[in-house]
Amino acid sequence: MEPILVLDKVDKSFGGLRVTAGVSFSVEAGSISAIIGPNGAGKTTLFNQITGYLVPDRGRIVFQGQEITGLSTQDIVRRGMGRAFQITSIFPEESVLDNVRLACLSRLGQSNNPIRGIVNFKEATAKAYTILESIGLAEHSDRLALELSHGDQKLLDIGIALGLEPKLLLLDEPTSGMSPEERQLTRDLIARLWREFNLTLIFIEHDMDTVFGIAQTVRVLQQGRLLAEGTPDEIRNNPEVITAYLGEDLE
Amino acid sequence: MGSIKSYMEAAFWALVFLAFALLPLSKASDYQLMLAGHILVWGLFAVSFNMLWGGTGMLSFGQALYYGLGAYSVGIVFKYWGDGWFLPAMALGILCSIVLAILIGLLIIRVGGVFFTVMTLAFGQLAWQITFRWYGFTGGDDGIQGIIPPGILGNRIAYYYFTLVLVALSIFLLRRLAVSPMGLTLRCVRQNPDRVRFLGQSVKRSQLTIYVISSAFAALAGGLMAGVDNSIHPNMLYWTTSGEVILMSVLGGIGQFFGPFIGAAALIIIEDIVGARTEFWPLIVGIIMMVMVLLFPRGLVGEARKLVSRFRTRVPERG
Repeated sequence: MEPILVLDKVDKSFGGLRVTAGVSFSVEAGSISAIIGPNGAGKTTLFNQITGYLVPDRGRIVFQGQEITGLSTQDIVRRGMGRAFQITSIFPEESVLDNVRLACLSRLGQSNNPIRGIVNFKEATAKAYTILESIGLAEHSDRLALELSHGDQKLLDIGIALGLEPKLLLLDEPTSGMSPEERQLTRDLIARLWREFNLTLIFIEHDMDTVFGIAQTVRVLQQGRLLAEGTPDEIRNNPEVITAYLGEDLE
Repeated sequence: MGSIKSYMEAAFWALVFLAFALLPLSKASDYQLMLAGHILVWGLFAVSFNMLWGGTGMLSFGQALYYGLGAYSVGIVFKYWGDGWFLPAMALGILCSIVLAILIGLLIIRVGGVFFTVMTLAFGQLAWQITFRWYGFTGGDDGIQGIIPPGILGNRIAYYYFTLVLVALSIFLLRRLAVSPMGLTLRCVRQNPDRVRFLGQSVKRSQLTIYVISSAFAALAGGLMAGVDNSIHPNMLYWTTSGEVILMSVLGGIGQFFGPFIGAAALIIIEDIVGARTEFWPLIVGIIMMVMVLLFPRGLVGEARKLVSRFRTRVPERG
């Protein structure tokens, strides 16, 4: 399989702090993988660079065979990358339906249309409902996004990203702030969405049950460096990882 | 979409339109007709302004620039070329505003938030200064008087209907825009610009588009006003004119599409009633505004809507 995403010696510093230190890896198309690491390891910063929100100081990022280093977020998103956020990023005063529908309209190239046509709107609406069904929010479609529970808002955030029909979807701590039951449900949901929407999926996560439950590959970041990369079993038994990060809670 | 709610809303505005249309047939005086004309023109100006502020989150303190440009296009062309050019001059004013809004917009939309507001104020005041000082061309602080629209439009009632039709049409178009995909994008730009970027959309492009549209309708309002008052004055470009539409929007409700129109009507009527009784009317208006902002931040339309929905819903509101 051809890699969908390649990072080649990506480097980023904030002042004197090297937050991404020569990170290289490649992600197979159609795979599901996790990035783990202690707080401040540079996980979100790495996502920010992949999505063009930050520009790396050095190194290259290649998406679907084309270099995207230095491109704007808009351009990168249009090439088929979607993202959901650690701190939920939704449109609070719009309905749940409109949150996802705007993403669908954007995908259809209709989001700047000054006329609410019957055809373009219907197509976007139908797509939005399909997504809301998949993430289990269809019954809330008419409510304002701000009225949803925290867990449902996180799902809506993922739903917005899905509206773009991305080839590569990045999820930043999809289960953070959720109850154990919600976490279990979200874990199953992510695995199901990955198959249902034919995604390549990379997620950052602290919840080890989620990481080792659904990821095919796990990458460990520490102080901006890629400490280890491998299957869940390899990571679980990697002595460096155990001392640096996982500690004894794995046993 | 709540279809019953939107039918009710359409019915309400049809009634408002009918009331304005029937006004000249009642025993309305010339003065009352002029007040109604003011409400229409300011209503359009305020609604177009609020698409920018309440809609997209861009507080412009300089929309008087485009309002004045619309008015002075009509006034100056009238002064030099005569009344036959009244309507083309109106179109010219809108065109000039579109061009100027693109140029200024490209320059100042890159700076966000309060800096954008300050820049709009600066450009507005610059335009006011030029108009005020360039006596030979603009008439300076004398303004331009005796602007009588040509032909049948020279008749007060005919011009009133002309204003009513153009304002209603403009507000209808702006309303269509507000409920379109672009309208949704603009609201989302206000709520979460970063996320809009992550939808592959350019926030700056959206902001520039609505800035230009808003300015074009402000110019139309200015051009119409030249015929309502039969005169123009550099105060139309002064910052207080920009402030007026802000007050109207706050009074009517910035979160509501039609809020600023109701706000314009309320403010003009209040100023008229209070102004007839005391020279301290700005004090009264100030107190009313203070009470509104402190006690009814949703504005007249917003609070009325809240009341209606409270009567309607059987389930108690959450949180």
